[in-house]
Amino acid sequence: MKLIFEKGAPGQHLTLMPPCDVPEAALDNPRTEPLELPHVSETELTRHYSALAKRVHGVNDGFYPLGSCTMKYNPKINEDMAALPGFTQIHPLQPEETVQGCLEVLHESEKLLCEITGMDGMTFQPAAGAHGEFTGLLLIKAYHAHRNDPARTKIIVPDSAHGTNPASAVMAGFSVVNIPSGEDGCVDVDALRAAVGPDTAGLMLTNPNTVGIFDKNILEITRIVHEAGGLCYYDGANLNAVMGVVRPGDMGFDVIHLNLHKTFSTPHGGGGPGSGAVGCKEFLRQHLPGPVVVKDGGGYHFTKPERSIGRMKDFYGNFLVVVRALAYVLTLGREGIPEAAKNAVLNANYMRKLLSEKYTMAYAGPCMHEFVMTLQDLKDATGCSAMDIAKGLLDHGIHPPTMYFPLIVHEALMIEPTETESQEAMDEACGVFLHLWDVAHSDPAALHSAPTKTPVRRLDEVGAARNPVLRYTPHA
Amino acid sequence: MGTYVPNTQVQKKSMLDAVGVGAVEELFAAVPKEMLVDQLDLPEGLSELAVRQKVSAMARKNRVYGAVLRGAGAYRHFIPAVVKSVASREELVTAYTPYQAEISQGILQSIFEYQTMICALTGMEVSNASVYDGATAAAEALAMCRERKRNRAFVSACAEPGVIETMKTYCFGSGMELEFIPEKDGRTDLDALCAALGADAACVYVQQPNYYGNLEDAKAIGEAAHAAGAKYIMGCNPIALAVMETPAACGADVAVGEAQPLGLDIAFGGPYLGYMAANKAMFRKLPGRIVGQTRDVDGNVGYVLTLTAREQHIRREKASSNICSNQALCAFIAGVYMSAMGAEGLRQAAVLSMSKAHYFAGELEKTGLKRVHSGAYFHEFVTEGGDPDRVLRALDAHDILGGLPLGGGRILWCVTELVGREELDRAVAIIKEVC
Repeated sequence: MKLIFEKGAPGQHLTLMPPCDVPEAALDNPRTEPLELPHVSETELTRHYSALAKRVHGVNDGFYPLGSCTMKYNPKINEDMAALPGFTQIHPLQPEETVQGCLEVLHESEKLLCEITGMDGMTFQPAAGAHGEFTGLLLIKAYHAHRNDPARTKIIVPDSAHGTNPASAVMAGFSVVNIPSGEDGCVDVDALRAAVGPDTAGLMLTNPNTVGIFDKNILEITRIVHEAGGLCYYDGANLNAVMGVVRPGDMGFDVIHLNLHKTFSTPHGGGGPGSGAVGCKEFLRQHLPGPVVVKDGGGYHFTKPERSIGRMKDFYGNFLVVVRALAYVLTLGREGIPEAAKNAVLNANYMRKLLSEKYTMAYAGPCMHEFVMTLQDLKDATGCSAMDIAKGLLDHGIHPPTMYFPLIVHEALMIEPTETESQEAMDEACGVFLHLWDVAHSDPAALHSAPTKTPVRRLDEVGAARNPVLRYTPHA
Repeated sequence: MGTYVPNTQVQKKSMLDAVGVGAVEELFAAVPKEMLVDQLDLPEGLSELAVRQKVSAMARKNRVYGAVLRGAGAYRHFIPAVVKSVASREELVTAYTPYQAEISQGILQSIFEYQTMICALTGMEVSNASVYDGATAAAEALAMCRERKRNRAFVSACAEPGVIETMKTYCFGSGMELEFIPEKDGRTDLDALCAALGADAACVYVQQPNYYGNLEDAKAIGEAAHAAGAKYIMGCNPIALAVMETPAACGADVAVGEAQPLGLDIAFGGPYLGYMAANKAMFRKLPGRIVGQTRDVDGNVGYVLTLTAREQHIRREKASSNICSNQALCAFIAGVYMSAMGAEGLRQAAVLSMSKAHYFAGELEKTGLKRVHSGAYFHEFVTEGGDPDRVLRALDAHDILGGLPLGGGRILWCVTELVGREELDRAVAIIKEVC
């Protein structure tokens, strides 16, 4: 479809601004280049964006079992609360006594999420999961620096970890030690023992891990790191499996990040804004980014922790995302939080069972909130890859699972249904998966050329990278 | 208890049977028993009505001012009705990052359009798909310019404090050295900059207009940076770009900024939108997502995430940044805003804001609140004189959020197109009474 620059005509516009009611000011050195923005009527404008919206598949459009992303339903009450003028029209630098409601949102959210995670303090400044990782690692760095232990320069990361883990470690000035996973997909405890030492700053881990298995050795793992003098970082990407059932703080983790846009139901907006809230144990609170909210007899106040690592971004984070997450936690409450986790795990095991009829699971069950299939044998037998099955799903209105992750599984498809999918929706989706397995055997060419019903078909990514066209240029 | 779990007890039972376990707890067998939570110390779950009442009560404890004369990094501008209407489409709001391009063309095309508009505003050649906010954009830009023998960033002390603090945190992580160029008469001290720049200079960062609203001699600063072999980064207010010289015209290698003024609510500080754009020589160092145009197997034009070899999921510890989620929906909103405003609408917003700020500064002068600095400014300015406490309290009593007190008797004012001349006159009259 046409770009918005190719629509409308010069002179078409919306009437938005009143005439200037004061003498007009001008700059001595004004902009001299023309400003090439679209020129469209309001009709054209709304039609353009409606057309774009129709070319997007969101959670509201159908099943979205994208592993590790927790694409659960995004409740509408959350959106309503985040749209209240009492939140949207508040300047971040208003006097403290005029923003008590905002501070209450932050303080309440901190209290509730600390209880869910077993942490003692939390910051909402980080804008996304990766930003949270960076923040948490800086807390670890500040801790070792404060203890005068500058030799701790290494972060241990399992080879099954999300790519942001090692990238965040490097941004925080650490070097990365990758350790292999065991055959069961869990941390190889002997490899960990061999890796720790006086240079260990910390370990980054998800639990359940990226193959959807709860690491039963978790207490031993965190003990090994602690005894070596390091700290333990919990990547909260997979918290949805265990919230209300077991707490990262009780597993021995010192610092965690949450993805409020995954576990706590806030929408992902096609790639953000999210929120990567970071929680920590008491001894790390002094290093949290500032400001943090405290409460006393006079109300809520901002304060800067004594040995703060500083600011992670301007102001206080993606505040409206926190409002949504708060509405969600208030809705679920003490029974609803574990209920969500348990149903996420039940749903995943149910799908795993149905798909086991034909597909090969990468690891033994039961799984937690997600599971990984390996399509290597299917590919060997039929030539159809994980990518082909994923593209086949598109023609059936299903968003494919996460593909080719984790890197330790060949031809991986990682499936996470979440608790908000019904048995009926999963039965239908599994029917499609099993049908595609049959198609791979009967008509592999059909899968190689899928999708055929989408607005565009498979795109030339190699060409896009080789000859980058990164903006519209009018034809001469 | 509220719940979003659709399955009934009967369905759950049938699913448990299919899985072959008697109770869902059996699926958690790997969790050491001693770690299991008995019951969380959380309140009971609430109905939708109760949640609405509870959260609305919090919102009511905040003060929404009738007029806002405060900016300092967050700007309340006019937002056309069409922006919120379009941006609430559920397909867009509830989608994840566009990994599956065939069913994400709407998001990908909107980002491609956003990238084009950011290039148009800044004059730069390539834009990324957004980062978290203006402060993180500035901090990431410093890292882009780092080279083996050039590890020192020179940053104007006239940049917004939140930006400076964020840079410090990022550099605490990366080990990049930061040096601040002092202020002189409300602008970056060019002589001090020239004296400080050395062979280890990676880049120079300047904000335009700066924290005090003043326009910097951006071309001269850029020339000084380049003369020392350093890269030049400009942090620009996107509305001001409709009327002021572009970063490209000033010689910038990288342009960044806070794009909240482009259609986003002030919202107690977020979500906002960091834009980042670069010239051709630097664009492969941009962090984050970038969307490119390509064709599908049938030859139809389409869009994909591209140049991913820079990114964490491919490069892991060798990535140019760890960024993954960005602010896609905010970038979408900025794109709709710029399309609705068009070049002329954006220019009007800039001219109205600037003209009203100049009018207000002139009127304030009559009350004894005199502008501290001389020379060109956009829509913010600093005054001294009067008792800031009394001035701001008097305005507050009349539903006006006055400027930001900077200490030392100074106030940083901001005027946008949202404030009418009558309101400005009213504010001046109120101030007159207490000065």
